[in-house]
Amino acid sequence: MTATLVYGLAGSVLVGVGLYGFAVRRHLLRQILAFNIIGSGLFLLFGALARRTPDGTSDPVPQAMIITGIVVAFAATALAEALAERYQELTGRTALEEDSKPAPPDEQESELRG
Amino acid sequence: MNAWLPVLTLLTSLVPALVIFRIPEDRRTPRAVVNLAGAGAKLALVALMLAGVARGEVYETRLVLMPELYLLLRVDALCLLFLTLSAFLWLLTTVYAMGYFGHAPNQSRFFGFFSLCVAATTGVALSGTLITFFIFYEFLTLSTWPLVTHKGDEKSISAGRTYLAYTLGGSALLLVGMVWLEGLTGPIEFAVRDQLLEVEPATLTAIFALLVAGLGVKAALVPLHGWLPAAMVAPAPVSALLHAVAVVKAGAFGIIRVVYDVYGFDLVQALGVGLPLMAVASVTILYGSMRALFQIDLKKRLAYSTVSQVSYIVLGAALAGPAATVGGLVHLVHQGVMKITMFFCAGALAERMGITRVDQLDGAGRAMPLTMGAFSVAALGMIGVPPLAGFVSKWQLGLGALQAGETWVIFVLAGSSVLNAAYFLPLVYRAWFLPPAAEAEPGREAVAMLVWPAVVTAAAVLLMGLFAGFALSPLSWAELIVARVYGG
Amino acid sequence: MAEPGLLVALPLAACLAAVFLGRRGALLVWVTGPLMLVLTWQLARAIPVVEPLGGWAPPLGIALRADGFAAAFLVMTALVAAVVGAYAATYFAADPRPRRAAAFWPLFYAVWTAVNLILLGRDLFNLYVGLELLTLAGVAMVALDGRAATLAAALRYLLFALFGSVTFLIGAALLYGRYATLDMELLAVALAPDTATVAAAALISVGLLAKAAIFPFHAWLPPAHAGAPAPASALLSALVVKASVLILFRLWFDVLPPLAGALLNALMGGLGAMAVLYGSVQAIRQDRLKPIVAYSTVAQLGYLLLAFPLAGAALGAQPWSAGAWTGAVFHALSHGLAKAAMFLAAGTIMLAAGTDRLDRLGGVAKAVPVASFAFVIAAVSLMGLPPSGGFLAKYLLLTYAFAAQQAGWAAVMVVGGLLAAVYLARPVNALMRAAPAEGARFARVPAVLQLAPLLLALAAMLLGILSFEPYRLIQVNNPAAAHEGLQ
Repeated sequence: MTATLVYGLAGSVLVGVGLYGFAVRRHLLRQILAFNIIGSGLFLLFGALARRTPDGTSDPVPQAMIITGIVVAFAATALAEALAERYQELTGRTALEEDSKPAPPDEQESELRG
Repeated sequence: MNAWLPVLTLLTSLVPALVIFRIPEDRRTPRAVVNLAGAGAKLALVALMLAGVARGEVYETRLVLMPELYLLLRVDALCLLFLTLSAFLWLLTTVYAMGYFGHAPNQSRFFGFFSLCVAATTGVALSGTLITFFIFYEFLTLSTWPLVTHKGDEKSISAGRTYLAYTLGGSALLLVGMVWLEGLTGPIEFAVRDQLLEVEPATLTAIFALLVAGLGVKAALVPLHGWLPAAMVAPAPVSALLHAVAVVKAGAFGIIRVVYDVYGFDLVQALGVGLPLMAVASVTILYGSMRALFQIDLKKRLAYSTVSQVSYIVLGAALAGPAATVGGLVHLVHQGVMKITMFFCAGALAERMGITRVDQLDGAGRAMPLTMGAFSVAALGMIGVPPLAGFVSKWQLGLGALQAGETWVIFVLAGSSVLNAAYFLPLVYRAWFLPPAAEAEPGREAVAMLVWPAVVTAAAVLLMGLFAGFALSPLSWAELIVARVYGG
Repeated sequence: MAEPGLLVALPLAACLAAVFLGRRGALLVWVTGPLMLVLTWQLARAIPVVEPLGGWAPPLGIALRADGFAAAFLVMTALVAAVVGAYAATYFAADPRPRRAAAFWPLFYAVWTAVNLILLGRDLFNLYVGLELLTLAGVAMVALDGRAATLAAALRYLLFALFGSVTFLIGAALLYGRYATLDMELLAVALAPDTATVAAAALISVGLLAKAAIFPFHAWLPPAHAGAPAPASALLSALVVKASVLILFRLWFDVLPPLAGALLNALMGGLGAMAVLYGSVQAIRQDRLKPIVAYSTVAQLGYLLLAFPLAGAALGAQPWSAGAWTGAVFHALSHGLAKAAMFLAAGTIMLAAGTDRLDRLGGVAKAVPVASFAFVIAAVSLMGLPPSGGFLAKYLLLTYAFAAQQAGWAAVMVVGGLLAAVYLARPVNALMRAAPAEGARFARVPAVLQLAPLLLALAAMLLGILSFEPYRLIQVNNPAAAHEGLQ
């Protein structure tokens, strides 16, 4: 069992765990965490892929992807956290309602503008 | 220059429409000037092209959409027949509408959409390819809808909904027919022979049914006629437009195009689709007349009469012999002029004396002699009394039926004429020979702008009948079309 | 000067500048709008163009490539964004919530950057970055109002989008593991139909479908698009969801044809048909303006997927060999213009009437006649009635369906068109009603808010009339599968 394989398997397990959590959990924080777990798993996978060159040197492209991916995941997490926190402040809820009807508009909007 | 004439003809209605939308509501004079200038310019152009086409010229304009797919505006003899009718009636209806609306609100919107409608009708007449026809046909549907709902009350909106439901349903059928056909053959140009040779006959028959059903909605073929009586809530000038100038005519004209210029006379015969179409037209003729007989509401009676009369045109196309074709084509013009006269009069009666029902007509002839005179001429023309225009159409159609060996059609024509007489003569009788109801106020003629358009069209009904043999009469022109395009 | 890189760099720079400018960021659009229109126009005349960024060729570097497909959408995007920007500058000028107005502009440019990047990019990871930028900016736009309902909509959108991102990225990882490159051209050359590739293609496609709100992943779209401020809704519906579908097209028609087959075609066509029917029926059931427009997006996106089963099915029967593919592209272009016009018009109508409930809109056509007219014209294009771009698109798809003897797909389109007429006739009727509802009073709105939607609606209309140049443009370097189909 090579190191690459260990990394690859570990990454896959993380992705699986994350996907499960993402699909099953309703708490917003848990869903965001699940997304991060999937992300970590994927980065591990990419890292493992970087090691699979024939001459044993590492491939720089997946590493560049990992770095970019981490930045993207960080931004997404930050946005999701901010939204979830504000949502919880306004409604007291930590999970979305099942029903997803379009909400009525802000009826005061035009009056605010006078 | 020749390439520009069709476009210019289209623009004479399109540009006024766009200008009128921008004219403020209270500026009546500029609006009238723009309207009349457009209508006048269109008549002048039509006269120019009539002379040219009589000499044998063809005017066309092309706009390429994609390789092999183009919009084509082409002026041929058949196109001019319809074009002349709509240009002439547009002018009169515009004058009439100005008198009718007086100082009513929303006139810029009305005249804007009205001109758009005429632009669309012009486009229908000018179309030289199936897709061009479809585009203008739809444009007509959409620009008529705001006119039907013009009053903006619940009744009008509901009538508008009925109108849209029918016409968009018809459009869907027409669209399916068109794309099915063009999917198999590539884009279709009118009057190009042998385009359909490679298609299976069964498929062609199905497509023919789809096309005719789609067009039949606007031509008000039974059982697709329901929108026409419903749309009677619209103001009188709109009814004139629906019944005589634009909508039902576009449907009938489309059927003529399909029969002659898409399929061609020979193919229609080979497929055996003429007879079913004849049957549908005959049923419509008789059914419309029967229903008209029992309408108390004057405009409804006129509406059912239209249902019946328009199918004469379809019948002429379906019979597909030279004489019948002439009859159908000439009726396209005759029916338009006769029916618009009656709607002009019905509008004037309603405005002036509040008459909307048949039984209110008693003594109206004494109060409004010019209006009722015009009405009577048109009614007699519809019945087919010689030497009025309607007689010429029916004569030609009868002749065509004999030529085609379809003797039973003569009975349809005769039966329909009897019914025409049964539902129109009582009106004439009431107006002239019965005393006015005791409580009715003594009326008098409406304003000149409501009366004279009707008088002019009534005079045309008489002249078209009397001088049917002269060059440039609708009959001679229809004969020219048949001789030139369909090879007699 | 036709450098694709500039088309990404310029909005990105504007995005950064807008962060510092705050509300004054509105002024930028008067420069960026015309400039981007000129630049995209120049690019459209110079295609095909390839620009390896920094001079590094793939697989090590990343190349931006512009073909006809990309150029057509770049021009459309520039037009929509410039007009929406001008609208938004006026719309937010009087906004009583300054933070909302200030926050809009960086997001606006982020969306523009991302869409351009997606159109020009040919590297799957590069596309992933573009998609993420697009999603995050889009989600933030939905949340601009900051009300609980819109926050919920934004969160739902984000969760769907993150699911899509993850599956997309897993697919990309699989492909990289198999081929050691993510460049589309190199992948297309090396592609072999083995299990790993099929799995990757499926994962990436599912991710894109989720981000594009294609049925059954549509649930997030209506609340999000209906809840955002009008200019944001316009961008989201016209550009953001469409970008994912465009990648899907790129992927299958450029890279993955060897994997395609009857199963894929039936699946995609089936999803498209479901989207058309479900979205239309839902739109009919709404009683407010913006949700109707939002559900209509769900329905309209479905038409695009019908190109999968139809493409190439009638090879040789038509004068246009890529008829179905071209029809789908025309549909996407005209939907972008018309839908943006419709959301802007709906925003203006809402400002004037103070509500978008259909039963309260009587008389509004008198208060905002031009915007109402724009709504109607946009509706004509969405219904696929002539002479609009939507009609030409439908004509191409329909003739192709009949030529290919696949009348079932044609039936879906015709029924969809009739349903569209039903769901759009309701708001149009409501606008036309002369009598105002009880107690209704209408606010005055600036002229720009009426003219902007009209401009876009007319553009959608012109696409159906002056279609020759767009047609020619789209055909430049179009993929072979557009002609031969995905068989």
